[in-house]
Amino acid sequence: MTSTTLSPYRIEVTQARAFNSEWIKFRSLRSTWYSFGIALLVAIGLGVLFSALRGRDLHSHGFIGPDFDPVEISLRGMMLAQLAVGVLGVLFVTGEYSTGMIRASLSAIPKRVPVFTSKVAVFGVATFLIATVASLIAFLGGQAALSSYHFGVSLSSPGAVRAVFGGGLYLLLVGLLAVGLGFAIRNTGGAIAALFGLMLVLPILGEALPSSWQMHVNKYLPMNAGSSIMTSTHHPDLLSPWAGIGVFALYAVAALTVGLVVLRHRDA
Amino acid sequence: MIEAIGLTKHFGPTVAVDDLTFTVRPGVVTGFLGPNGAGKSTTMRMLLALDHPTAGIARVNGRPYVEHRAPLREVGALLEARAIHTGRSARNHLRALAATHGIPRRRVTEVIDLVGLHSVADKRAGGFSLGMGQRLGIASALLGDPHTLILDEPVNGLDPDGILWIRNLLKALAAEGRTVFVSSHLIEMALTASHLIVVGQGRLIADAGVDELIRGVQRDVVLVRTDEAVRLRDLLVSDGVSVTSTKADELLVTGLASGAIGRVAADARIALVELTPQQASLEEAFMQITRDSVEFAVPDGVH
Repeated sequence: MTSTTLSPYRIEVTQARAFNSEWIKFRSLRSTWYSFGIALLVAIGLGVLFSALRGRDLHSHGFIGPDFDPVEISLRGMMLAQLAVGVLGVLFVTGEYSTGMIRASLSAIPKRVPVFTSKVAVFGVATFLIATVASLIAFLGGQAALSSYHFGVSLSSPGAVRAVFGGGLYLLLVGLLAVGLGFAIRNTGGAIAALFGLMLVLPILGEALPSSWQMHVNKYLPMNAGSSIMTSTHHPDLLSPWAGIGVFALYAVAALTVGLVVLRHRDA
Repeated sequence: MIEAIGLTKHFGPTVAVDDLTFTVRPGVVTGFLGPNGAGKSTTMRMLLALDHPTAGIARVNGRPYVEHRAPLREVGALLEARAIHTGRSARNHLRALAATHGIPRRRVTEVIDLVGLHSVADKRAGGFSLGMGQRLGIASALLGDPHTLILDEPVNGLDPDGILWIRNLLKALAAEGRTVFVSSHLIEMALTASHLIVVGQGRLIADAGVDELIRGVQRDVVLVRTDEAVRLRDLLVSDGVSVTSTKADELLVTGLASGAIGRVAADARIALVELTPQQASLEEAFMQITRDSVEFAVPDGVH
């Protein structure tokens, strides 16, 4: 009836197998490839477009201000790509709750923690790779567009490699923040609202603060802090690149910690 | 082997499962019965460590479910609500589950064939009918060739062929010495289970063999068939004995044993065609033992 083709001695859960399972789950959903496709498209497409438009604009004025940052311009598309990555990070977790798949996942791995670490690792590695590729191509494409007006810089110019690598790091952290919120909130709509509230709405609210507060508060808000690494010139109202990404990483770690606590202690 | 010891679950002020203690033994199909809201699903979820008990212990094959190194080899579970991502194909769903334990790919193909999903295995599960989803759930449960099966309403949504298939599958799995613990509706259980655990309002009401439960229900009704039904009825009716009739040659006698009815008939020289004590059905037994604990019963006089 249930003819046994299993050799029982080596059938058991390991961290590597949990990782493999999450990888199968991740790549067998269409939303994964749509989201990554959109992220690549907007990061590169908008990066090149913004660079070309700004290059032409500057060329026609013939004047370059002190705040012109060719590196930052070419990576602007990453700010839109973060939406696709954020939504994917939320869905990778909340999709399991909305469909009930989480009960199958946790029945297979009832200790729960390996499910969490594997999801974080699979999503983190894949997102970092895709985002770094997007960042690099956006930079090269953007600089090529700027170069036709002689404003382009190369990877060897100061801060360029850090900004390109930082673009991958920034989207990685956006994704991890999303995964953490997904585990903490479980509901797709709620988690996406929380993510975009943190990323996009907080800076708008920050603008409403008294100006004496703004300079102390706004640079610590998630998007302002995290995106500082994608610049190559110093902005007085932003944290330094590494301090900024460090602050942003703290947001992601906080969300992941809450998510892990919720996963471990709340009924599934 | 499944053991629940003082298992209790509160959801806020609601007591879903109340100090439940029972053991499910291997080798037979054990039914888990109770009115809606009796705590069956919650109990099953606690056995699988999906819900944390407020108090008490749940053990499967000797230890808490979380302590097993190969949970899918210990327990195959089908829960009432679906546990399948709608965006994934049946094959990928099973492959992802198999991967957690290093279960080989050929076993995935094997369970797909076993539940009859071969032709739709590469289609997205979101398009599956209720019955197909149920078959995929059963394939997931059988994936690790488990010692114990915990199935919540497995026949839901299946067609008559599917129901028969499940019934035979469960019996065969039990006959192989596995523990089979299944919640279902009454009629299905009458045909499949040989042991029953009955709960009501989260409490244990009965833990007994099906035969034992039926025998335990007192029901002093005897069916009598005779051509002289009217004459016999007049002889039988007295204090404490009532007779009803639905056909001209048939009497249903309450309050008198079959032997006594036979003697009355013999003394009056009435020939009997049939004299049969009526056994209570499992349904009647169930109604009787759960009468006091039906949570959503309609009060008498309310219509």
